[in-house]
This record gives sequence, C-alpha cells and structure tokens, in this order.
Amino acid sequence: MSKKSLDKLIKQMEAYARGYGLDFYPVIFEMVDFEQMNEVASYGGFPVRYPHWRFGMQYRYMEKSYTYGLHKIYEMVINNNPCYAYLLDSNNLVDQKLVIAHVYAHCDFFKNNSYFNNTNKKMVDEMANHGMRIHKYASKYGFEAVEDFLDTCFSIENLIDPNAIFDVHLHPEDVDGDILEEEDRTVPKLKSKTYMEPYINPPEYLKKRRDEREEARRRKKQFPARPEKDVMMFLIDFAPLPNWKRDILSMIREESYYFAPQAQTRIMNEGWAVYWHSKILTEKALTDSELIDYADHHSGTLGVRPGVINPYKLGLELFKDIEYRWDTGRFGKEYEECDDLQEKSSWNLNTGEGREKIFQVRKIYNDMMFIDDFMTEEFCREHKLFTYRLNPKTNRYEIEDRSVEKIKERLLFNLTNLGHPYISVVDANYDNRGELYLKHRFDGVELRIDYAKATLENIFKVWNRPVHVQTVIGENIAILSYDGSNHRERTVSKENAA
Amino acid sequence: MVQRIDQDLRRFRKIIRGIVKKELKKYMTTGELLGKKGKDVVSIPIQQIEIPTFKYETRKLGGVGQGDGEGGTPIGSGEGEEGVGGAGNIPGQHILEVDISIDELAQIMGEELELPNVHPKNKHSIVTEKDRYSTISRTGPETLRHFRRTFREALKRQIASGTYNIHNPIVVPVKEDKRYRSWRVVKQPETNAVIIYIMDVSGSMGDEQKQIVRIESFWIDTWLKHQYQGIETKYVIHDAAASIVDEHTFFHTRESGGTRISSAYDLCAKLIEEEYSPVDWNIYVFHFSDGDNWGGGDTQTCIEIMQERLFPHVNLFCYGQVASPYGSGAFINDLKQAFPETENLILSGISGREEIYKSIKEFLGKGR
Repeated sequence: MSKKSLDKLIKQMEAYARGYGLDFYPVIFEMVDFEQMNEVASYGGFPVRYPHWRFGMQYRYMEKSYTYGLHKIYEMVINNNPCYAYLLDSNNLVDQKLVIAHVYAHCDFFKNNSYFNNTNKKMVDEMANHGMRIHKYASKYGFEAVEDFLDTCFSIENLIDPNAIFDVHLHPEDVDGDILEEEDRTVPKLKSKTYMEPYINPPEYLKKRRDEREEARRRKKQFPARPEKDVMMFLIDFAPLPNWKRDILSMIREESYYFAPQAQTRIMNEGWAVYWHSKILTEKALTDSELIDYADHHSGTLGVRPGVINPYKLGLELFKDIEYRWDTGRFGKEYEECDDLQEKSSWNLNTGEGREKIFQVRKIYNDMMFIDDFMTEEFCREHKLFTYRLNPKTNRYEIEDRSVEKIKERLLFNLTNLGHPYISVVDANYDNRGELYLKHRFDGVELRIDYAKATLENIFKVWNRPVHVQTVIGENIAILSYDGSNHRERTVSKENAA
Repeated sequence: MVQRIDQDLRRFRKIIRGIVKKELKKYMTTGELLGKKGKDVVSIPIQQIEIPTFKYETRKLGGVGQGDGEGGTPIGSGEGEEGVGGAGNIPGQHILEVDISIDELAQIMGEELELPNVHPKNKHSIVTEKDRYSTISRTGPETLRHFRRTFREALKRQIASGTYNIHNPIVVPVKEDKRYRSWRVVKQPETNAVIIYIMDVSGSMGDEQKQIVRIESFWIDTWLKHQYQGIETKYVIHDAAASIVDEHTFFHTRESGGTRISSAYDLCAKLIEEEYSPVDWNIYVFHFSDGDNWGGGDTQTCIEIMQERLFPHVNLFCYGQVASPYGSGAFINDLKQAFPETENLILSGISGREEIYKSIKEFLGKGR
C-alpha cells in the first residue's frame, strides 16, 4: 500500500471516528514489517527501551510462534501524546481499515478513561531517558551488574499499589505525635473523692485507655507506622542502595505504574476498541466486496475456546449489553424489582440513553467496577459463562459453577491487585534487628512457594538484611525467611502473626 | 529502525547456553534431544524462563470460562509435574524451542564434562583438491560455452558499436564475445575420521538397552563431529553373524539369535583394512553389548582380533556394556583381564540411563 493512499485512508478513518464522538490525541502511524512488529512488541511497545535479555526472549518466542503461524500482531498502540500506532505492512486493505479504527478507539480510551489520567503522556521520551541512563550505568558499573540488578527489579516490579495511581505519595499520619514524647505513662484521671473513684474513673475504662495508649505507642515505634503496599517505593526510600541502583529501581517502578492502568482496564479497553471498529466498519468504511474478509477477521478476534475468557469478546458484549439496557430502560429499581418474567423480557421504555451511557462508562470505570456493576445474571446465562477449577484427583480443570455470584467473585479475584497477591511491608525493623517483614494478605489462594523463596532472595539483594514474608500454607500461618544464605520456613500461631 | 533486539537476543542466547549446560545431564539421560537434530542445529526445548515474583499457586487458582457443559465437565488438563500447559486465562508455562548449533552444543558438552580436545593421530589433516566450476574464462571448449554471458557480451559490443537495431534485434556473437565456464581448484579437508558403531542385536538386548546406545551415540557423534572437519560413520550389527547396515537398520533391528562378538570384530577389522587405512584415518570404534558372549572360545578369538588387528590401528576402542536382565555380562571382565594396560581401550559398564553421562565421560575423557 502506498504512503499516499494510506494517508488518505487514515484521514478518512479519523473523520469517521471523530464523527462518532471519539476523542483522541493525534495518532502517528508507522508501517512495520513483522520482524519490526515483533521487536516493538517485545519491548512492550517502546523500541527505545533499555537492553535486557527478557526482551530478547520475548522476541525469540514471538518469532517462533509467528513462524509456526500461531499468532500475528496486526497493530500496537502506545499510550502517549501523540499516540504511536504500529501497523503491520502486510495487512491487506480491509485489515488495515479495521486496525486503524481499532487504534483510534484505543486512543480515545487512553485519553478519556480516568485511570489513565496520571499516566505519563510523554512516556516514549521517558522510556528513552531510562534507556539512556541505564546505558550510562552499564558502561560505568558493568553490563552484567546492571542486568543483574534489573533482574532483581523485575522480580519485585509487581509490588506496587495500583489503587494508589491517583495519589501515589499521600500517607497521612493520624497518630498523635505527642504520645511518644509523653514520659508519663499514667492515664490522666478525673478528680474524685475516694468513695466515688470507681464510678468516676472506672478501672475497666482506665485499662482500656492504657491499652490504647500502649498500642499507639507501639505503632508509633513500629516502622512503617502502617503497612505499606507500595513495597517498591518503600525500598527506594529506605533500602541501603547506591544511587544508581536506587535510580534503576525508581525507573522500573515508574514503568510499573505506567503499565498498571492498562492491566486494570484490559477488558474494557479491548471491548471498546472492538465495539468501535465494528461500528465504524459496518456502518461507514466497508465496501461490499470487503464484507467477507472483514467478517473473517472480526470473528477471529472474538473467538472463544472453552475455559478461556476472551477479553475482546467479554468487553464487547458487556458494552453492547449496557447500550441495549440503557436504550430500553432496563435498569434501576423498577426494572430490578419487576418479577414478571414476561414483562421483563419485553421491557422497553425507549429511554435511548445507551450511547451516552457507554461513553460515561469508558470514562469512569475500570474492569473490576465494569464487571461488578454490569454483569447480570441474564448476561452470564446468555454467554454461557462458568467458573472452573482444578480437580486434583483427575488433574483436570473442570466446570464448577454457573451462578452469577461465583462467576463475578472469581473474575474479580483474578482482577484484584492486577491478579497478583496482595503484599505489604509491615515491619522494617523486625525483631528489632532491621529485618524486613512482609505480609501476604491471604485471600484463599496460596503463594507459589518456590517462586516466593526466589523472590525473597532478590529482595534480600536490595534490603541487605534478612527478609521474611508471612503467608498461609495449608491451615497454618507460615513465615518464609531468607537470611542471605539459608531459607527457613516456620509456622506461627495467630497471636504471634502480624 | 535498527534491530536493537539483536543485543538482547545475544544476551538471551548466553543465558540459554547456561541453562543447557546446567541441564545437560538431564538431556543426556532422557534422550530428549534425539530426533531434534537437524543438519547443523539441535532444537532444545526449554521452559520459558520466568523471573520469580510473588505469585499465586496456579493450580489452586481457578478461572472463568465460556461454553457449554455441566458442572464437572472437564475442559482441559492440569499442569503436569513440570508445569506445562494448563487451561484458563492463566497463561500456561511456555515451552520455547531454541536452536543451538551442534558445534556450540559440543562446546558446552566439552566444558561440562571437562573433555579434553582430541589429539588426532595424524597431525596433518588430509586435504584433497577438487574442481569447482565457479568462474568464467574467455577460452574453452564449446561444450562449456556460457550462453547467457556470451549473449550479453555480444549485445554489449553491438550496442557500443552501433550495429544493434532495436527493430530487428539480431545478436550474433563473434569469437571475442564467447565466454566459457571454468573451474577453480578448491582445497577441501578430507574426511579424516571414522566412527564405527558396533551393536549387539541379539535377543537379550531390549528396547531400553538400545535406547541407551542411541543416546550415547548421539553425544559421541556430537562431540567427535565438533573435533573433526569431516567424519564418516559406519554401523555394524551382530548376533551370531555380523553385517554392515545403515543408521536406521542399526537402531531398529532385533534378532533372536545368540551372540558371537568375534564375528563383528572380524568384520570391523576387515572394514578398517579395506577402506580406512590407519595412516590416513582416525578410527573410533564403539561397541555396545550386554556382554553375554557365546562360550566355546569366542571371547578368546575376540581378544586375538583386538590385539592383532584392531588396537594397532584405532585411536580408541570403546566397549560399553549395557546391563540387561538376561546377559551374564562376563565379557567386560574378560576384556579387563586380557588387557589390563592397553591405552586405547576403554571399558565402561552402563547399568542404566543415569550412567550414560558417566560413560560418555569415560569414553571421551582421554582425548585420543
């Protein structure tokens, strides 16, 4: 396809997209061949990234599966202002139309969804800066040393607080600062005559107050004062690292926060893009002869296999369902409380608010809220959703349940904290020996122990003192520890656990 | 766009190399790499390397799917012990096939097994001269005339001299236009090593024993191919009688007869005498058997053949005795007694797959 005709096509598609009310930063399209595409994809979309073997591995993997015809990347979009979009130059015209429309919808999402508000819109430049700095460190401190430390950083890159994206640095202290300074540990009493003493200053009350003060005192002495979910930030602030390592750790943390919203909105973002490419193509851009090719490609995008949720499909269907429900007024108290199935199935108030609603949803929701709010019983039934789990006897995954509660619960669990275990720093002076104590908030699924141990080794490299993580193994609360040479595993009683 | 990724790929290859080195013992005992060998490369399946993070035990993490089926309908198998595959929206562990050149594999093998480089018997490697038709000359026999070049020259001359008529494009070559294919003498290192594999295919050698031989021969091949420019391989099977076969037959023949090892040694000696003059060739003989030779003085015959017709000629004579439930396994001891101090004889008992590693080390550890 010539540059000129491509430019024309892009202009046209952009006009269609804007016509539907999509709103995006300028988009810069680049045509790449499949090798370049695989390369860009290996770097997570940033061809200017620092060197690391992980990207090489990614590339080798993609190259192989492309060669075997297992996968093909049609496009890639980068959340940046301007947005960068890479198109595969071997796409035929219909594919190109489709992916351009798809790209514009993604760009609209990046610009408008509130979870992306605080992402760096000059991330391409930032990544290039990171690349430069890491190159500089590599030439100064040795490539191996830098790469080694990057491995360590990647090992803890998921220990951030994705919910803090709106407010990363706010940590109010609400412990009365005077308490620690007070030398006098007695609880002040009201004046009373001796015979009135038990009534005016009841002993239980005094004890309670005393305990409270002790607790506050203890917490104040404890560091951090409250559990810190952003373990990376904690390490950046307090681990004894040379400056270059601290800088690298901060860069990796910054990248984690940059990518977090994409993981938080994957289903919505893809659903939104598919919704719009199908809308734009079927209503505007397709010629008659292109229909079959379009349908083929489109259905490929939406294909489902049993046991796998296709985020494109799930997102699209939810958006369509929302549009339909708000077009027909199938929401709110009256509809919910209607128990006449006949009436419910033919419910139509002609509200016509569907389009407006989906634009609103794409602005203020993330995947968790999206599913929690809009996945209905009817939806689960219609789309034959189910939960599955491993049957240890047969070593096979089996269908477990089809109730909407279970499905939501499982989906939300897999989305909570981006699907990672919830881990925070609870004590940085454990045992009064400057050891780092992490806690895994147990939500019903155990940690993978071999990985946890290897991760502890990596955290040790940063903290330089023994590290511990409290988790649950089987029925027991367990503490895994690593002291620089040995691993230890012990169970503790509930009272002694953090 | 510059291929930045090349640098990262190189780093990745280095890491792979480390992994292959670490896992070499496993590859050697399981025979995982057999059949993965191409002409110059071996594809090695390795688990995609994952940087450890705190993550959930995948097996305990269910998921949500879409499709028909009652409760309890299986939708996919769980991960095996090694953690391969797995259904669901949890990405399974990917197996990545990486290609490693045979040379590199041999290098890794050499480092890991601490194998000395082979010192060829003949310092000079034999070089043959060969003609390659790869150039063009102005003279030559008409049979070697290069039509297109000749035509082109004629066309060039006619255009230059203005005799070419675009409307009547007749091109007539004259003598000066003629071009002929010509040869150049290329020096080629001659195949100068030969491996002769001898295997006992009598009834007592079962599939497991053959598999062990197969794995051993894979690694021996890899190593020696790395050490010599060109290498030839010959296969001899024997039960009560011996014959020269191709590779496939070698590994897939099963006879029910008895064992007369001398028949094979005799054939092997003949082969060397007739085809591989020890002056020009580095000769390696590997014999695998379960050590259950016929009585009646055959072992004595073997010893004589070895002493007189094999040892003086070969670089290395390796005898690997694969333990089988049927054989008496006396042969290896007989050889031990007969040749307590023969330099180019190596004896190795292989009681199971775990010992392949050890025996390869024994076989190749002398650097002969």
